[in-house]
Amino acid sequence: MNALTVDAPPRVLSVRMGGAIWRVEMRTLVVRIVLVLVLVVLGMGALAVGTFQLDLAQVFSALTGSGEGNVRKLVLEWRLPRVLFAMLGGIALGVSGAIFQSLTRNPLGSPDVIGFDAGSYTGALVVMLVLGSVSYTLIATGAVLGGVAAALLVYVLAYRGGIQGFRFIIVGIGLSAFLVGINSYLLISTGTQEARAAIAWGFGSFSALGSEQLLPFALVLVAILPLVALVRRGFAQLELGDDAARALGVDLERSRLIMTVLGVSLTAIVTAAAGPISFVALVAPQVARRLVRSPGLDMASAGLTGAVLLLVADFIGQRFEITVGLVTVVLGGGYFAWLLIKEGIRR
Amino acid sequence: MTDTPSPRLHAEGVTIGYDRRTISTDLTVAIPDRSFTVIVGPNACGKSTLLRALSRLIRPEKGVVVLDGKEIHSYRAKEVARRVGLLPQSSLAPDGIRVSDLVARGRYPHQSLTRPWTGDDQTAVDEAMAATGITELSARIVDELSGGQRQRVWVAMVLAQQTPLLLLDEPTTFLDIAHQIELLELLTDLHERGSTLVAVLHDLNHAARYATHLIAMKDGEVVAEGRPSDIVTAELVEEVFGLPCVVVPDPITGKPSVVPIGRVRSVGSR
Repeated sequence: MNALTVDAPPRVLSVRMGGAIWRVEMRTLVVRIVLVLVLVVLGMGALAVGTFQLDLAQVFSALTGSGEGNVRKLVLEWRLPRVLFAMLGGIALGVSGAIFQSLTRNPLGSPDVIGFDAGSYTGALVVMLVLGSVSYTLIATGAVLGGVAAALLVYVLAYRGGIQGFRFIIVGIGLSAFLVGINSYLLISTGTQEARAAIAWGFGSFSALGSEQLLPFALVLVAILPLVALVRRGFAQLELGDDAARALGVDLERSRLIMTVLGVSLTAIVTAAAGPISFVALVAPQVARRLVRSPGLDMASAGLTGAVLLLVADFIGQRFEITVGLVTVVLGGGYFAWLLIKEGIRR
Repeated sequence: MTDTPSPRLHAEGVTIGYDRRTISTDLTVAIPDRSFTVIVGPNACGKSTLLRALSRLIRPEKGVVVLDGKEIHSYRAKEVARRVGLLPQSSLAPDGIRVSDLVARGRYPHQSLTRPWTGDDQTAVDEAMAATGITELSARIVDELSGGQRQRVWVAMVLAQQTPLLLLDEPTTFLDIAHQIELLELLTDLHERGSTLVAVLHDLNHAARYATHLIAMKDGEVVAEGRPSDIVTAELVEEVFGLPCVVVPDPITGKPSVVPIGRVRSVGSR
């Protein structure tokens, strides 16, 4: 049935620069701006709230470099790195999730579901338990290597003259289950003390992180994001189906491989810095999609939504003195339950 | 084979297939310039495979596809996409995409980092929508359109690509008869404006009526090719499709028209 609805043309903002025109749908732009504002407000709030309550004026003066020494130290050295970690980590996870969900054309295709988090954890466990190291840098390296190895394995196992989304997810979920088994084995075959620390790492946390960990993380993130923006447009053509995308001049496999590498890197740097934080990558792109209501996934909104989610999760975690990774697991469980119920009603 | 001096697009001795399953062996086909070429043949005869090879979607195991004098795989993907447009059998419209945005996707091969969207792109999109008669649908959501409208949107997307060569894989499938004719008339208009078209069609009568050059395929081989009035005979149809028939002149155009014999029953009393 064809309802006689006439869609109002979407309002599009066009900016002319030389001969070129940059266009963005008004709604997308508004969503992005609102998300940034929400982030700023939440960030200010997170800087003010804690064992030592500050008012916003104090936070503001600390940020601008004035204010008394103690407050400045508290805000800039203690709270700010953590808040920035949550924001930037959320952006990384949100964008990574959007990449894998459009790569697989499936809302379940997120790095935490398809085994990359489990792989990072395996890498970190090997460093902590097998090599017996407590060095932050070594553990982070192990996590990156584990995550990348898991991604490579999924890519190779799912490759049949090309990558097909559904197979990618199934192979990923299978590998994830396998790695969770390995992780459990590593944990139970070790002493209680070491296992405790290793389990704690398994729930990602920002509490032990300061500016010396933030700087390398932020630099890598700032290096990766422009690359995502560079290949984004060709990648969006994949939404039209493989044949149509190829016929329009997209180098399909190269485009997919580049996006996989970028997506894995984005998740890996977060996991390396803070431990596995699941569900943000899964949920953020879908929430953003509902906000933006545009076809496909808007990477920028997905990243900003991820930042909001992770900041809120970390805030909740601090209130209840649990790690942010645990909060996101609980939130993610709720999301899954909602998804199941919604799908159940639709059938 | 037509002996046109080196047509822009031709395949020379290609062996093509998927995953070690060979469809055609040593196939040589030329698309005459400025023709409206139609490929016909029974299911699984290799029509679509040939079209995919001609548009660089698959790489021949042996032989070469030549575009403008060079092997098609020696071009960059975007360069091919500026010369050859393809409407594949199945395409996906991203959820909730609007007509004008989908048509705009056809401009991809003309865009680059330093040249994201220009007035030329907008003109191409507007012209493609006007040519397919979907201008008034431009703000509509593609999923909400009828099958015929949707197909016109996809054709508009390929038109926006502004390629001199246009390949269409079964563009009329899933359309009702009126929309099929409407689309074929539209393709004829494009042909008259100078495009070279290649379409895979199922309906022999449509093929015979609209094609200027017909290629009949069976089991991965070209059985006959030429002007429809020269090659469409009862023998050919019997050979290619195994269908006993008579060929009579189409009362409107005088072109060959295929009437199947079937099991002849007496025409019942009215």
